[in-house]
Amino acid sequence: MNELISDLKTQIIAQLNLQDVKPEDIADDEPLFVEGLGLDSIDALELIVLLQQNYKIKLSKADDGPKVFRSVKTIAEYITNHQEQKI
Amino acid sequence: MFANIYITASCTISNAVVYKNGEAVFENKSVSLSNFLISVYNHFGIKYPKFYKMDNLSKLGWLATELLLKDSLSADEYDPKTIGVVLTNASSSLDTDLKYYETTKKIASPALFVYTLPNIVIGEICIRHQIKGENAFFIFDEFNAEFIEQYVGNLINYNILQSCICGWVELLGEQYKTVLFLVEKDGDGQNYLFTKENLNKTYRFENE
Repeated sequence: MNELISDLKTQIIAQLNLQDVKPEDIADDEPLFVEGLGLDSIDALELIVLLQQNYKIKLSKADDGPKVFRSVKTIAEYITNHQEQKI
Repeated sequence: MFANIYITASCTISNAVVYKNGEAVFENKSVSLSNFLISVYNHFGIKYPKFYKMDNLSKLGWLATELLLKDSLSADEYDPKTIGVVLTNASSSLDTDLKYYETTKKIASPALFVYTLPNIVIGEICIRHQIKGENAFFIFDEFNAEFIEQYVGNLINYNILQSCICGWVELLGEQYKTVLFLVEKDGDGQNYLFTKENLNKTYRFENE
């Protein structure tokens, strides 16, 4: 899980072009939207693209978005659960 | 000609050089356009994280506006509803349209899609400076000083605007040129009158 969280932080910075942010600046539990990184709705779409491109995961229910993308930790949990279901 | 309207500041970014009021203030010729724009941002100590997310056209127009307004227009000088932005270019948003089209072959990029209109650069400028006045983006084959003089001059002359950021923001691939003007009512004797001749003179300045 820790490795996945670390990879996600690097991928989020690259995907969202957050050039002023370093992976260590993002806390695992920090909210990604409004507070924390202050991401917006376009960033949310880019996160969906990131999941699709890097993890072959399509967010099945749009309503899950706020819960899944709350923090890096919740994204990592979603990916882990999704991959476990596939096995 | 509008007798009481003046060009109170100008900013040109072209051929890797930044000019403010005709004076070169930054140069960085050895890098790509993307890196040049970031070097301008860093050189002037600007802090605005959203800058990095903009497409190159928005970065170019946004940076030119940032430097145009620096020491030239104070935020509380005008009602935000009386400051306008009127921009023009030849290639519209084609630079980003092509980049976006490439992404559609795999997974379309939402971040690129939102920049596939030329007037997005105006939105970025207005968000940054809280500008709420008339705005428009026009496409011409080349810089059209006569149109800018008439269009912006009328907006100011009819008191729709008190001040306007206007000019040319062109970019396609590594080719780019922006020349922006701050136009205001009632300048002083040190300012150029807002005429097509003076607009053209500034536009052509760095080629001379």
